[in-house]
This record gives sequence, structure tokens and C-alpha cells, in this order.
Amino acid sequence: MTDHEKLDDGAKRWLDRPGSVDIIFWILCLVCGVLFLADAFYVKHPHFEVEYLFGFYALFGFVFSVGLVLSAKELRRFLKRGEDYYD
Amino acid sequence: MIEATPPGLILIVGSFISVLLPARIRNVFMLLLPIMGIWQLTQLTHGLHVQIELFDQTLTLLRVDKLSLVFGYIFFIAAELSIIYAWHIKDLVQQVAGLAYAGAAIGAVFAGDLVSLFVFWELTAITSVFLIWAVRTDRSLKIGLRYLLIQVGSGVLLLTGALVLRHETNSIAFEHIGIESLGGILIFIAFGIKAAFPLLHNWLQDSYPEATVTGTVFLSAFTTKLAIYALARGYAGTEILIWIGAVMTAFPIFFAVIENNLRRVLTYSLNNQLGFMVVGIGIGTELALNGAASHAFAHILYKALLFMSMGAVLFRTGTINGSELGGLYKSMPWTTGLCIIGAASISGFPLFSGFVTKSMILTAAAEEGYWMAWAVLLFASAGVFHHSGIKIPFFAFFAHDQGHRVREAPINMLVAMGLAAALCIAIGVYPEPLYALLPYPVNYVPYTTAHVVTMLQLLAFAALAFAVLMRTGLYPPELRSTNLDTDWFYRHLAPKLVRSFVQCLSELGDELARWGQMGVGFILGRAFQYHGPGSWLARTWPIGGSALCVLILLGGYLIVYFI
Repeated sequence: MTDHEKLDDGAKRWLDRPGSVDIIFWILCLVCGVLFLADAFYVKHPHFEVEYLFGFYALFGFVFSVGLVLSAKELRRFLKRGEDYYD
Repeated sequence: MIEATPPGLILIVGSFISVLLPARIRNVFMLLLPIMGIWQLTQLTHGLHVQIELFDQTLTLLRVDKLSLVFGYIFFIAAELSIIYAWHIKDLVQQVAGLAYAGAAIGAVFAGDLVSLFVFWELTAITSVFLIWAVRTDRSLKIGLRYLLIQVGSGVLLLTGALVLRHETNSIAFEHIGIESLGGILIFIAFGIKAAFPLLHNWLQDSYPEATVTGTVFLSAFTTKLAIYALARGYAGTEILIWIGAVMTAFPIFFAVIENNLRRVLTYSLNNQLGFMVVGIGIGTELALNGAASHAFAHILYKALLFMSMGAVLFRTGTINGSELGGLYKSMPWTTGLCIIGAASISGFPLFSGFVTKSMILTAAAEEGYWMAWAVLLFASAGVFHHSGIKIPFFAFFAHDQGHRVREAPINMLVAMGLAAALCIAIGVYPEPLYALLPYPVNYVPYTTAHVVTMLQLLAFAALAFAVLMRTGLYPPELRSTNLDTDWFYRHLAPKLVRSFVQCLSELGDELARWGQMGVGFILGRAFQYHGPGSWLARTWPIGGSALCVLILLGGYLIVYFI
């Protein structure tokens, strides 16, 4: 028996099952929904006008995260070179 | 006695002694040194100690106040964690270099004048480069040389600035400096290089991911945070730092998203976290400076934890590229869990350390009305969650199972990670002891409903963005590649320019030589034409011809004379 086989217990993990990742995704959606609505239930002490916007932090987080990833992806056009570029 | 010994010297002298000890005892001895150091710090009284006279100058090797103490404590803790993490190492070079490096950084933190600061500043450069060279490849040799050149360059600028400042103010004391004078500007740039200011930053991403597994953990703690300390001491309230810091928090996260080497991703996020501290120093209010110092403290712990977990992955699998990793949670569950604690801390989840420190800087920015800096910091908070909070654990431990079936990290690594993780949670749950260490009294309350809810909203929706992008296939895949950064200028453009300049010179030289040859050839040809065998001047002339020439000459002379 090789070292590799010894270390692989072969057991299927919950995460490997089809559908598990979907469950995590929908739980995340649910958490986001609850957090978004939570804005209605506490008193805000904002420093800036924009913070009064309902769900401001949620929208900010989502929009700028998507923007970050997509613009970084576009940056690859200019910045990506072969792994041995400097060699 | 306690106040007659600069704390850094404990580790520096200890590193020399450890060379003489047998391997088994050496490890235990090294482990005890930071504990001794922390004990010493608890005994020190505020003020200036250990002053020596040198060439009419008073050098202060031990200046104790709250700012130096908070950095002193965390540096000793970081040294202890790094030593535990490197327990299995048998390489004397790394052991001695790591210990002396930590000692040099601590020495610098307690230096009360610019000349002592310079000495320790350079010592951190010279000792730390061995943690890169210890990889012992041609590649690491080159990287180490680049690193050393830039680090020593920063020191030279610091010394030059100190001398100019000495001329301007007649003092070498390391107090508030400001950028109003030439000396102040030179020192500002020297600090800026080590703090990895935008455009001066790339030595960080070039070198840290290329050090040894344990070396990177040492490196991540000291050099850059020493620069943060130095900026806080010398340039608190310098407004330009707000903008420098804001740029620093934002631009590295774009690189981090597309970087494949996960230790380099962490280096970009280190750069981004330094930006938060730099903004805090630039704002310069008590809250902001407390924020910068406490964030440095928390940051050293979670960043070390993240580098340790990625080091364990590299140690076990032999690779650190996101494109070749995945599914490791099955083989390394403890490392996975500990890495996630580090990720939660850097992202600023409630109950983790980043939440109670980073928010002080954001609040300070908002209170002072810097809305743009505040918005950039908020963006950077979402961004850091993206690349350090999600990308690192996701691509290393989950994503697609790449079939690595390895053993869990060695026990010493797990202990070091466990301690760091415990501290991350302890600070997050109960921040008061850390707040008590800060330079100014703390009136800040991190756990308010609004703060908890808004932070959770920001993070949950950033996670949702990641999930949506992954499910729609828009998330950029991990690719084996090099991404250009400012090092392109000195690793590609400068050598190319030098090469073409040299080629130009050699072509010019060839051309000049060719012209020279042509000139000589022409002269020789002419000479040969008139003086060579059978040429006009070499011919034998009859005597009558000569008499005729003389007659004509004399005749001409007579005519000229009479006219």
C-alpha cells in the first residue's frame, strides 16, 4: 500500500455530494436576506448621508465586490504574462 | 539592570549564543528568549534609558513609552510564534537569522535617536535576507539581492535624511519629524520604502513569497510594521499619508484577485492592511493612532497565522499555486480550521480581532469627514474579505479536489497556529487588554448593534458576490502566470535599456574604429601615392631641372622686389 492510499480514507465527504454546495448557497442567500431586512430594526448613527440608504452596506459590499473581481479579470489582459517571463 | 539592557539585544546576543549550543538545547533556549523579553517589557518604566555618548552625540538605545511598548510586545509575541512554528528546522542559518532579525526590529522600536534607528534598520535588512537565501537556489539568490539592495537603500536614505535634519535642527532625537524640511522628506521616503508605499511596494511581493516556509512567517511580522511604528512616531497627522494609505488599501486587492501564488496573494493583502494603518497615522487623531497601533498588533497575529497555514500547505504538498491546490480540508482539517480563523480575523468578522481594530481607523476617518478615504477603506474591507477571507481558504482547502493526500501539518506548526488563532479570537471577544496597551486612552466601543449589523451586511453580501460569480462562471480561474507589477521597471525595462545602451555604445565604438581605419588607410594611401616607389616625389630628377626651378624662383623674386 502506498503512502497516498494510506492517507486517503476513501470516505465520501458531505461536501462531495451533489447538491451540498447548493444548500450552502441558499443558506447564504437566506442570511443575506435576513441581514438586509435587519436594517429596519435598529437605530443608525451615521456619519454620512449615504448611510441612511436602506441596506447601504449590503449594496456597497455586493456591487463593489462584483466590480472588483470583474475589473481585476480585465486587468489580466494587460498584466498577465507567462510564468517564466522574467527568467 | 532591567533598564540597562535594550530589549532587542536579548534576541541579538541570544542568537549568537544559540550558535554554540547543541541542537536540542538550542530550540528550548530560543523559545525562552522572547518570554524573557516580554517579562522585561513589563518591568520597564517610561523614559529614556541606556544613553551613550559617541562623537558629541547622545545615542538613546532604550526609549520607553506606550507607542514603543505596544510594538515591543507584539514583536516578542511574533518572535515566539515564529520560533515555535520553526521548531522542526535544523538549519542554523535560518534560526540565527530569524532571531537576530526579530531582535533588530525590537531594537529599532526602542531606539530614541535616528542614528541608533539607522543601525537597527539596516540590521533588519542584513539579517532578514538570509531567510530568503536559505532556500538555496539561484533564483532565491537573485531575489535576495534585489531585496537587500532596496532595504539597504532605504537605510542609506534614512541616514542621509538624519544628517540633513541634524544640520537643520541640530538634533538627532527621533521625535515628530514632519515633511516640511528636506531631511524630513528623505526620512519619509526611507520609511515609505519599508512600509511599501504605492510604487515603492514591489520588493514586498517579490521577496516574501519566495522565502522559506518558516522564513516568510518571520518576515511578515517585522520589517513593514517597524516602518508603521516609525511613521506613527515621526509623521502622525501628515495629511498626505491619508491618500497614500487609501491608494495602498485599494490597488493591491486587484492584484490579489488574479494572483495564483497564494503566499503572494497574502503579501498583496499585507500591503493592503498596511494601507489601513497608514491612513490612521495620516488622520493623526488619538482614535486614529490607537487604531493604527492596535491594527498593527492584530494584523501581525492574523497575518502570521495565514502565512503559517499556507506555509504548512507548501510544506506538505510542495506547491502553493492556487491552480494546483484544492480539497485539502480532507487531509489537513486542523490547518483548514485555523486558516479560516485567520481569514475571519483579517476580514473583520465580529468576535475576531480585525473587527475591533480596523473599525477604529474607519470611524476616525468618518469622524474627521474624510468621506472619500472612508469609502475607499470600506471598499478595501470588502476586497480583503474577497482575496484573504475567501480566496485563500477556498482555493487551498476546498474548490476542486486536486488529489493531494498528505499528512496534517507537523504538531509544532499546529501549536503555533493554534496560539495565534487563540489570540485572534481573544482580541476579538475581549479587546480591553489590547486597548489598555494603546498609546492613548480608548473611548471606543466596537460592539454596537449598528457596527455588528453593517459589518455583517458588508461581508455577507461580498460573500454572496463571490458565490454568484463562481456559479455563473465569471470568477477568473486560477492560472499559472506572472502578473506585471512595478518590478517590471527594474526587472525588465531597466535591464533592457541598459542592454540596448551597451549595444549602442559598442556599435558606436565599432563605427569609430571603422572610421579610424579608413582615415589611417587614406593617409597611408596618400603618402604611398607621393612617396611610394615610382611616385612623383620619389622620382630622380636631372640636375638641369633643379637649375631651371631655382632660376624661375629667383626670377619671380626679382619681379616681386621691383614692383
